[in-house]
Amino acid sequence: MREITYLQAITEALREEMQRDQDVFLMGEDIGLHGGIFGATKGLFQEFGPHRVRNTPISEAGFVGAAIGAAVANTRPVVELMYVDFTMVAMDQIVNQAAKLRYMFGGKARVPLVIRTQQGGGRGNAAQHSQSLEAWFMHVPGIKVVVPATPADAKGLLKTAIRDDNPVLFLEHKLLYGTKGMVPTHDYTVPFGQALVMREGQDVTLVSYSYTLLKALQAAEALANEGVSVEVIDLRTLVPLDLPTVIASAQKTGRVVVCHEGHKRCGAGAELAALVMEEAFDYLDAPVQRVGSLDVPIPYNGNLENKVLPQAEQIIAAVKAIL
Amino acid sequence: MDLSRDQLLYMYRMMLTIRRFEEQAIEFFTQGRIRGSMHLYIGEEAVAVGVCSALRLEDYITSTHRGHGHCLAKGARLDYTMAELLGKATGYCKGKGGSMHIADLDTGNLGANGIVAAGVPIATGAALAAQYRGTDQVAVAFFGDGATNQGVWHESLNLAAIWKLPIVYVCENNLYAITVPAREALSVTDVAERAKSYNIPGVVVDGNDVLQVYQAARTAVQRAREGQGPTLIECKTYRYEGHYKGDPCVYRSPEEVRQWKETRDPIKNFATFLMEKGGVSPQVLDQIQWEVEAEIAEASRFALDSPEPEEENLYEDVFVSC
Ligand SMILES: Cc1ncc(C[n+]2csc(CCOP(=O)(O)OP(=O)(O)O)c2C)c(N)n1
Ligand SMILES: [Mg+2]
Repeated sequence: MREITYLQAITEALREEMQRDQDVFLMGEDIGLHGGIFGATKGLFQEFGPHRVRNTPISEAGFVGAAIGAAVANTRPVVELMYVDFTMVAMDQIVNQAAKLRYMFGGKARVPLVIRTQQGGGRGNAAQHSQSLEAWFMHVPGIKVVVPATPADAKGLLKTAIRDDNPVLFLEHKLLYGTKGMVPTHDYTVPFGQALVMREGQDVTLVSYSYTLLKALQAAEALANEGVSVEVIDLRTLVPLDLPTVIASAQKTGRVVVCHEGHKRCGAGAELAALVMEEAFDYLDAPVQRVGSLDVPIPYNGNLENKVLPQAEQIIAAVKAIL
Repeated sequence: MDLSRDQLLYMYRMMLTIRRFEEQAIEFFTQGRIRGSMHLYIGEEAVAVGVCSALRLEDYITSTHRGHGHCLAKGARLDYTMAELLGKATGYCKGKGGSMHIADLDTGNLGANGIVAAGVPIATGAALAAQYRGTDQVAVAFFGDGATNQGVWHESLNLAAIWKLPIVYVCENNLYAITVPAREALSVTDVAERAKSYNIPGVVVDGNDVLQVYQAARTAVQRAREGQGPTLIECKTYRYEGHYKGDPCVYRSPEEVRQWKETRDPIKNFATFLMEKGGVSPQVLDQIQWEVEAEIAEASRFALDSPEPEEENLYEDVFVSC
C-alpha cells in the first residue's frame, strides 16, 4: 500500500492492463505525447507507442463507433472522452450500437469496450462541460456504469472494466483527480456490483457515489457531532447495482437519503428511491429523500454554480427533514 | 481595394482591441477572476476582423470556444463582454455563460460554443431561416481545423450545398487542435479541399492578412447574398498562447511560435502596411493604441464594479416565461 492520487490510480490501471494484455489499446483526443488533458495517460505513449496509444481527430461518433467495431473484432479498446458532455456527440454509437449489439445478435457478439470520461462541476466550466450524466446511461440496458470515488476503487474498478467482456462507461470526476488515498501495490481488482459501507450508523442511511460521496461523509461527520448516527454507502457501480446492501441498511435505519451530483429530476436517486420503496417500504420511517443538482443547466458564475451543485449543507438539511 | 481610410483604420483598431482585450483577460484569469477554461484569440485577430468587416449588423455568426474575437468583431460591447467573462450580472449572458458561451443576439452572434463544431449546423440553420423568410441576411460559421473532422461539419456543408444556403464557412486553421497537429488529424493538407466533396468553392487565404481575409469574405458573402450558395474559406493562422493556461505545448517548438510572432503578426504587419502603403502616420496609430487601452481599462472597471448575479435568478431563463 502507498498513497497515490485518483489520477495516478487510473494511469496505473491502464498501464498494468496494457502490460498484461496485448489486445488492450487506447484511443482518444490528446492522449498521446501530451498524456491527456487531465493527464490520465501520461507516459503511456512513451511506453507503448503510437500503435497502442492513439490520438484521434475530434470525431467522437467516429472513434467511439470504431472502438465498438474493434471490440467486436477481438480487441479490447479503452476510449477516453475528454468530458462526459461529449458522449452526446457519440450517443447513437453508445446507446443504439454498443449497448444493444450482443442482445440483438442473440448473444453472438461481445463488446469488450471501456469508455472512460470525467464529469461534474465545481470548476466554472459552465453548462456544456460540467454535467453529470450517469442516469442517462443507467436507463439503457446493456451498458455498465461505474462511478468510483476513491483512488483504490478507481484502479480496481478500471481493471475490472477492462477485463469485462461488455461495454462499460467509466465515469471519473474532475474534482477527484487530485484526491489521495491508499492503493495496494499488488495486482487487484474491485468487482462490479459490490457497494461499500464507508461508515456505519443507526439513524439514517446516506447512499452516494463519486465526488458527492465525499460531501456525504462530511455531512455524516457534522451530523455525528450533533448526535445523529449516519450510515454512508458508496455504490461504486450503478449498473450493476448492489441493492441488497442498500436494502439491508434501509431496514436497519428506516431512513434513506440518496445524494448525487446529477440533476435531481430523473437522477439515479429517483431509481434508488423507487427500489427502496418497493423492497423496504415496511421498514421506512420516512419518505426517501433525494439530494441532487438543481434542475437548471450548470451556470458559469461561481456563486450560482455552488448553489446548483449539492453541498454538504443540503445533505444535512435533507437528513434533518426526516429525523 | 474599395476600402476607405476610415475602414482600414477601423480594422486596425478592432484587431488591436481584441488583442488588448485578450491580454486583460489573461490578467483576470491569473487573478482567479475568470473561472473554468478560457481560450485566447491572440494571433488570429485578422480572421474575425476581416470576415466581420464584410458583414452587416443583421447578418449572423456562430462562434467557437475561442470566441472573444468573433464577438467583439461582430460589434459587441467591450464592457458587457468583459463582464460576462467575470461572470457578472451585467454580462451578455448574465454571468451564466462565461467565456465559452458568450453570445450577443443583438449583433447577430448566435454564440460561442463548448462543443467543437456544434456552431456549424446552427449557422447553417440561421442561413436556412434567412432563405426561408426571404431576407438577404447571410450567416457565417467560424470553426477550427479540428472541427472539420466532426460529422456535423460535413453534414452541414452538404445541407448548405444542396439547398444553396446563404452561408460562409470560415475555417481558422491554426495548425493544431489542442495538442494534435492538423497534419496528423486531417486527410487533406488544406481544409479548403474538403469543399470539393460538397461541390462548393473552397479558397485558402493568409489568415494573418486582414485584407486578404476581407477580400475572400466579401466575395463569398456577396455570392451568398445573391443566392448562389455557400463558400468555404480556409484562413491559415496561428494561436500564440497555449490551448489552455499552463499548456506545456509539447506539440510545437518555441522556435515555431517565435517565427509566427516575429514575421507574421497580423497587427504588426498591418500597421506596417498602413504606414508604408496607406499614408497613415505613426502618430495616428499611436493615438488609436491609447484610445484602445483607455477603452479596455474602462470596460474592465465596469466589469469589476458590476454586481454578481443573484441566487433568485437561478431558475430564470431555463424556459421563455409566458
Ligand atoms: C465535441 C468536443 N470534443 C472535444 C472538445 C474539447 N476541445 C475543446 S477545443 C478543442 C480543439 C479544437 O480544435 P480546433 O477546432 O482546431 O480549434 P482551435 O482550438 O485550434 O481554435 C477540443 C478537442 C470539445 N470542446 N468538444
Ligand atoms: Mg485549431
